[in-house]
Amino acid sequence: MPWMFYLAGAVAVAATIMTITRLNAIHALLYFVVSLLAAAVVFYTLGAPFIAALEVIIYAGAIMVLFIFVVMMLNVGERAVAMERSWLPGGIWVGPAVLAAVLFAQVVYLVMRGPGPEYPRTVVGPKQVGLALYGPYLMGVELASMLLLAGLVAAYHLGWRRQPEQESKETHFDERRTAVGRSAVRAGTDRPAGAP
Amino acid sequence: MNGLYQLAVVFGVLVVALTIAAGLIWLERRLLALWQDRYGPNRVGPFGLFQVLADMIKIFTKEDWTAPFADKATFILAPAIIVVTVLLSFAVVPFAPGIVVADLDIGLLFFLGMSSLGVYSVVLAGWSSDNKYSLLGGMRAAAQMLSYEVFMGLSLMGVVVLAGSFSLTAIVEAQRNLWFVVPQFLGFLLFMIAGIAETRRLPFDLPEAESELIAGYHAEYSGMKFGMFFVGEYLGIILISSMITVLFFGGWLGPVLPGIVWFLIKVFFFIAFFILLRAALPRPRFDQLMSWGWKVMLPLTLANVLVTGALVLAFA
Repeated sequence: MPWMFYLAGAVAVAATIMTITRLNAIHALLYFVVSLLAAAVVFYTLGAPFIAALEVIIYAGAIMVLFIFVVMMLNVGERAVAMERSWLPGGIWVGPAVLAAVLFAQVVYLVMRGPGPEYPRTVVGPKQVGLALYGPYLMGVELASMLLLAGLVAAYHLGWRRQPEQESKETHFDERRTAVGRSAVRAGTDRPAGAP
Repeated sequence: MNGLYQLAVVFGVLVVALTIAAGLIWLERRLLALWQDRYGPNRVGPFGLFQVLADMIKIFTKEDWTAPFADKATFILAPAIIVVTVLLSFAVVPFAPGIVVADLDIGLLFFLGMSSLGVYSVVLAGWSSDNKYSLLGGMRAAAQMLSYEVFMGLSLMGVVVLAGSFSLTAIVEAQRNLWFVVPQFLGFLLFMIAGIAETRRLPFDLPEAESELIAGYHAEYSGMKFGMFFVGEYLGIILISSMITVLFFGGWLGPVLPGIVWFLIKVFFFIAFFILLRAALPRPRFDQLMSWGWKVMLPLTLANVLVTGALVLAFA
């Protein structure tokens, strides 16, 4: 089904272009999710259903949710959109686009001149993927897992908050109560004058 | 002829799933009433069954209001995503021999993928409403569903190892002698808890905790858009019950009665169990939910995969 491959590829390219040109960050990320889903369909049509499923579960379903989670908390609004607009004034993209179009034309020429792409007829199931990963590519899997572990430890270190000195020491009940009382008083002075 | 049969299966699954989802509105309220020692809706029609119709007329004729400050496109997209992803998951569920829309080789992965895409619905609803309670609900939903998804997939790997396939039909066929709930009891418990968290049902309904967040991510929704979230939640309950049935309780397998009847009996048992949980359990605090997921459930799941793999290797 080569037409399905080309259709999904076209969707992926269009969605990626939309990702780059959207001013609202959440809308851009949603187009990126569509682009990843299209990439999953591309994998599926090329005979790699397992990778297609992982693309959906891990990239579209987990990593992009984290991106949206973070952008959501930044509260992008009208101001952020206006700022993005000022960063992308009209005409600035013309130069790179023309140069990229020349390269694109070259790629199209080279692809058309060479022999037609081989369309795979075999389907690689989950079992073959697993056997390959834990057979000839075992070293790569182990290296990737070490890299992930290092990232995990680093993230834990960055997120770890040192306990303040006075909290780690044992404090008497009375002292704690006065501390709470003082902070309550301080909170009271923060209020703007005239607030009820 | 074959194409016609396929079409009939597709529409049959759609109609039955949506009808049961609507019927659950009544079933849930009656069962809750039973367990809480009251009557529940019993006035409209026999046993109050037409309450479903009354509710549907009400929700269809309500004003469908889109908040002027909302991000319109995303606001409309969000309730559609949940229904679409859950209904797509039904495509791979084998209800009986021959009654399955798409018997994919990677059926189980397809289900996991769709359930991870369902997160977008809640997150986008919370964000696009531009309301702090909705946003808090959306953030809770994202954190909760991402955390519980991790071991939802891992808890099923024991079943995959035993059956030797990701195809749901093959998994059911592998349970002819023994339901997987016996060798994979821990996996069953873990998947059940993850499933409740994925459908955001009580006791894990913190994204819409009405005592603190009004209605959480769908606070700004009304009319049929709110109805879509509702239908999506009930469809989610049916889906998780179906998956528990298929993966751990032998799907359509059973003596005397035809396969589809066994399937429905098992599914309704788990739906009733979901409703019983709602009647019985209080809601945990959010930090308790997160630390429970990462510190208890995830290590247990990993241990389950390790032990199952080792035993299968030893006895194979």
